[in-house]
Amino acid sequence: MPRRADTYRKILSNVVVRHLLLILLALFLFGLIVTIYGKDPFQALKDMFAFTLGSTYGFSEVIVTMIPILITALAVAVPWRVGLINIGGEGQLYIGAAFATWGALTFPNLPPWILLPLMMLLGMLGGALWALIPGYLKAIGLVNETIVTLLLNSVGILVVGFLIFSFWHSVTDTNMTVIFVPAALLPTFFGTRIHLGLVIGLVLLALYWFVMKYTRWGLEMRAIGGNPQAARRNGIPFKGYLIIVMCIGGAIAGLAGMAMVSGFHHRLLYNVSQNAGFVGFLISWLAGAQPIGILVMSFVVAIIFTGGTLLQLTIALPYAVINILLAFTLFVVLSRQAFFERKKA
Amino acid sequence: MSLLSILGVLSGAIFAGTSLLYTTLGEVIHQRSGIVDLGLEGLLLVSAATGFAVTSLSGNPYLGVLAATLTGGLFNMVFGYLVISRQANQLASGLAMMFFGFGLSALIGNAYVGARINGLPRILLPGLSDLPILWTSLFKFDILIYLAIPVAFLVWWLLFRTRWGLGLRAVGENTDAAFASGRNPRLIRYQALFFGGLLAGLGAAHLSIAYTMAWGEYMTAGRGFIAVALVIFSRWQPLQAIVGALLFSGAIAFQLVLQSIGVRISGFLLETIPYVVTILVLIAWGGNRKHSTPASLGRIYYGRE
Repeated sequence: MPRRADTYRKILSNVVVRHLLLILLALFLFGLIVTIYGKDPFQALKDMFAFTLGSTYGFSEVIVTMIPILITALAVAVPWRVGLINIGGEGQLYIGAAFATWGALTFPNLPPWILLPLMMLLGMLGGALWALIPGYLKAIGLVNETIVTLLLNSVGILVVGFLIFSFWHSVTDTNMTVIFVPAALLPTFFGTRIHLGLVIGLVLLALYWFVMKYTRWGLEMRAIGGNPQAARRNGIPFKGYLIIVMCIGGAIAGLAGMAMVSGFHHRLLYNVSQNAGFVGFLISWLAGAQPIGILVMSFVVAIIFTGGTLLQLTIALPYAVINILLAFTLFVVLSRQAFFERKKA
Repeated sequence: MSLLSILGVLSGAIFAGTSLLYTTLGEVIHQRSGIVDLGLEGLLLVSAATGFAVTSLSGNPYLGVLAATLTGGLFNMVFGYLVISRQANQLASGLAMMFFGFGLSALIGNAYVGARINGLPRILLPGLSDLPILWTSLFKFDILIYLAIPVAFLVWWLLFRTRWGLGLRAVGENTDAAFASGRNPRLIRYQALFFGGLLAGLGAAHLSIAYTMAWGEYMTAGRGFIAVALVIFSRWQPLQAIVGALLFSGAIAFQLVLQSIGVRISGFLLETIPYVVTILVLIAWGGNRKHSTPASLGRIYYGRE
């Protein structure tokens, strides 16, 4: 059917053109802000792209930045498939990081091939426990999970602050622990800062894609997400799924926390996440929880953040300013989504 | 400990909690019209930075308050464009606004890090000037503190005693029904966001111009999220929001009291109180929908073509 193929091609080129235009619009708006601030916008954007995409070191930093947000995006995507909105990746990440840190500080003498898996398990346990609260409350029909996960973010961050300041802080600095022993650090690759967390993230992504597409669990989860009533009447264990899936989401976020302390910071600090939980939520949302979309979006966002670090050095923009470029990108994508949203609602 | 030091703690708590009351009132209005605004954190930062910058430039704190307030309303118009006109998801748009606020406030405030300003003047209520100076110094508040509770009553009056408030609540409960009865849901939601943004902007103004009298990146430290929690805690009622803000102030006051009598308890744990109490309150309601949660909260209005 040539006509249909034609339409597809038209739609595809339309989509590509529109996305390019959207990205250009976001860059233009950001350039405007940079200009108002009195810096050269073309130089800024040129620096940014030359560094992140044109140099090996810059590219490796992009990948490093991508690791936590890729994982936290999955932590949001999994519960979303059964219709649960997990906006608590941030808190789950913090608690996971705290659990993993406990492992690293308590068993410094274990060999790495025991200690690292132990820390991963602890991180997953921490995140899962933190997600169990909203998951259970939702499953028994008491409280909406959106609001509980949101509130538990702040609680999780404060609990980690309490643990660091009261028990774990190093002698020299009250808002971070000591550097972990080498056995508790994730191995890095190619002499860059890219760590094993990348493999964890990609394996999780592949697993997510495979489970959703080819297993009975994936089918049942999509059934619950699509039509809870019908799923329940077809004998799918509804409540069990809600709790378990929420906990899996939490465990993934906890793993992101473990990767942050063990692979990136090499210690636990109060600002361990750098908003990775919230960024993950946005990525997952924009990608419609689709695996490829999550990979692409987290890469794009990582470019933006890494570029921000560079602009701070080259044209002395405050680092936080890069959030404006992130926000503009989100704005243009969000405001395009009306059609997609309608289908969901 | 003496009566005087207890009063001192109370006075400190009032200073700390005022910004939160305004912000909570703003979010009550948003949510009553059916919109969850998670971008409050960003709004507070941008308003606080603008208010501080204007105060620093003009030397007039009242001008700063005005600027911060208007900034709050305008900032929310961007959010409104996304969630009302473009029908984007409210949670995601709110978080995007939060990041926008992080960036914009850093840009605005960058030149004013470490700057000093004349904060909002503190006024003594007439009749209190006969008290000894130690006492009067504790009860000299700025005008925003005096106005906080009257504003809560004003918001209550607007929401529950005016036609506009009726329409606003109708939009929050059932958008289609409100439309059928001749109201314009989009316009009303824009108005709610603007007015709520003004109130949140007032809160931010109090934070940077009267309370800390300094600007620092991320200085709001989660106040936007506390406000969202307190809105639920106060069951979307403006008058109960006063109690909610007191809960927050009380936690801070409690911490100060404990410190002054030598008990060391982590401030981090005390700061979790508003969140934990809100979750417990939610559990206590037991999923009963009759607790005045606006029924259309978070829903997108697609209109009737």
